[in-house]
Amino acid sequence: MAKNAQKAGGASIEIDKVAFSHGDLPMLFDLSIEASSIVAIVGPSGSGKSTLLDLIAGFETPVSGHIRVDGIDVTDIAPSERPVSMVFQENNLFDHLDVFSNIGLGRKPSLRLTLADRDSISDAIGRTGLTGKEKRLPGQLSGGERQRVALARALVRERPVLLLDEAFAALGPALRDEMLDLVADLQQRTAMTVLMVTHNPHDALRIAATTAFLDAGRIVARDSTKTLLSDKGPQVVRKYLGKIGASDV
Amino acid sequence: MSTAAGDDRRIVGGIAALGAITLLAGGALAGLFEESGKDIATIAGAFDVYHLRIAIFTLWQALLSTVLSVIPAILVARALSRHPAFPGRRIILRLFAVPLALPALVAALGILALHGRSGLFANLFAAAGLGRWPDIYGLAGILMAHVFFNMPLAIRLTLGSLDTIPGNHRRLAAQLGMNAADRFRLIEWPHIRSALPGIAGLIFMLCATSFTIVLILGGGPRSTTLEVAIYQSLRFDFDPAKAVAFTTSQIVLTVIAVTAFFRLGQPADTGFGPIQSGRVYSRPGHAETVFNGVLIIAALLYVGGPMVAIAAAGFAADLVRLAGDTAVWAATAASLVFGFTAASLSLLVGLSLVATRMTLQQRRRLQQPGALERLVDAGSGFILVIPPVVIGAGWFILLRNTVDVFALAPVMVITVNAAMAMPFVVRVLRPPYDAARIRHDRLCTQLGLKGWNRLRLVDWTVLKRPFATAFAFAMALSLGDLGVIALFGSDAVQTLPYLLFSRLGSYRTADAAGLALLLGLLCMTLMFLADMPKGDR
Repeated sequence: MAKNAQKAGGASIEIDKVAFSHGDLPMLFDLSIEASSIVAIVGPSGSGKSTLLDLIAGFETPVSGHIRVDGIDVTDIAPSERPVSMVFQENNLFDHLDVFSNIGLGRKPSLRLTLADRDSISDAIGRTGLTGKEKRLPGQLSGGERQRVALARALVRERPVLLLDEAFAALGPALRDEMLDLVADLQQRTAMTVLMVTHNPHDALRIAATTAFLDAGRIVARDSTKTLLSDKGPQVVRKYLGKIGASDV
Repeated sequence: MSTAAGDDRRIVGGIAALGAITLLAGGALAGLFEESGKDIATIAGAFDVYHLRIAIFTLWQALLSTVLSVIPAILVARALSRHPAFPGRRIILRLFAVPLALPALVAALGILALHGRSGLFANLFAAAGLGRWPDIYGLAGILMAHVFFNMPLAIRLTLGSLDTIPGNHRRLAAQLGMNAADRFRLIEWPHIRSALPGIAGLIFMLCATSFTIVLILGGGPRSTTLEVAIYQSLRFDFDPAKAVAFTTSQIVLTVIAVTAFFRLGQPADTGFGPIQSGRVYSRPGHAETVFNGVLIIAALLYVGGPMVAIAAAGFAADLVRLAGDTAVWAATAASLVFGFTAASLSLLVGLSLVATRMTLQQRRRLQQPGALERLVDAGSGFILVIPPVVIGAGWFILLRNTVDVFALAPVMVITVNAAMAMPFVVRVLRPPYDAARIRHDRLCTQLGLKGWNRLRLVDWTVLKRPFATAFAFAMALSLGDLGVIALFGSDAVQTLPYLLFSRLGSYRTADAAGLALLLGLLCMTLMFLADMPKGDR
């Protein structure tokens, strides 16, 4: 594990002229994010939201440009060495491992857990409201509980950046709010930086102070969430939100 | 729902197909029963210690073949899945599909040309002054050939199971920093484990009923399987009682093996389809890369070696003289005609069964399937329980006193070869056919599209590729089959494998090598034509 990975608290993220090509859509990202903030990434499907997270996590390699986390260039670093955890919409868990082990993987991928590891896992289980469900298999959990396990694993990894890739998109409205509040609560305690991809403006309004809007592989707007998603926001955002007709643009 | 008249036509077709299957299997069983009715005491006496030894050897060699195929295959499949950019990966995967269509006879000759006493390795061994190369006839040769056939199949099937690992799990493995051992234990093994019983069961079944390889590479009475014993007791000993006894054991054994196989669950795949491997998000370490590379290259050499040996020995033969041999031309023509007819028949019967099953399934809606539906579903697989040599043997015994059995060769070869290909044909045709029915039935009924027009305008676009694959495989299987023709063949009716076998028997090894090359090329051409529009990625 990299030394910078163990750092508690949040870390700033700098996406410095990162170019990437996905099929025939050339993408160019330029964005900086303050340490310990919650930022939402909103935009139409295919605009490159998930690709942006994949680039930060190291699942994709930029054609050019640099990604810096906490001032350190991570562009050429392997995914496991980056100070980043990611939660996906689905398949976050291994179906043959119980809740405790799935979380434990965040500590030791060999699952040879020390006493300290076990304490930390139990603590994360408590904080994510999973107490009593340690021995359950993912198949015996609800959709919301499965995402709680994924969050708990991110917690025990103690990385300063958390990436959420439409993590709650498959959940119903009430459960979704519950999960967003849990993320906000965990962020309060750990001060980690949270980057959250969503296509739902409601999610952004609920917990993200800042929102960046993506369109066709570029960040076209970035402002406080309230301003950006209001009637006074940029035209392209209002069009996405359905606040003006396509013919008005 | 489609029209009632169309439904009825389909059901009549399915019943006719079942009737044909029943006649083929029933005639064979009738032959066996009739013979055993005549002299039950002699048959009972044929279950002796020798018989038991053969039965045990049949199981033992199948078990060893399975283990020796599956374990290396897991390692190689893992290696291939970790290196999606391995040089020549696409070609290697295509090469691993070749044994599926390569006649067993050709492969056996390839193994001999490479590993045999007068093969390439033996010559190198002798030239290096290391003395005599050990003989491979017997268990060693059988295992080598079975692994040659089944390890690549197991690799492709295992790789298919590794492809079902979700992309996010691969990402997680990279993010969590799993090493090769963690990755195998936590991610790869659970997927392999769920596919393993099906893969091992399939290979065990194939090896327990293998005929040609044991016939060519088995070493006399010590290493003979039941199928070869049936053949020998009919063609050499003229002892129908003994043949009935061996046949009974073979059927019992295959029923057990097939039941176990279906209990364990079949592989989801035929091993033929394109293989798409998921992305790798963390590059394997240096040591793992070297280890994987060595594994892949070793498997490549093992599978590729005999193929190169076949080509080398074939081109060294006097091909010009063979080309002027009328027997070769006659056998080639007979093989092509038999193969084409068998493949057409197999597709016709197979499609009838598939269409009937789907019609019945739609008719009952959510109720339990009826007896007819179960029968048309299982009918295609009867050949797995009653192997080709057994069917041939049954009919041989039934008819031997009334007609000239050797004159029946064309009918027997065509029908049994068609039956042999049917399990595969049905597995290839059924999923796209069922999907097409479900998608198009309502629209076609509304538009009044039916019969030929519907097939031509609507369903053919999705069915033509599976049809081509099924046809090519069925024809390749028939071209390379030695089982039935070994019983019924004569100077009057010869196929290429039969001619090859008889040249081999009269020690005209160069001729045999030339014919093996021809046979191999014919089958490869078929597979290539069937696979042309799109290949492995």
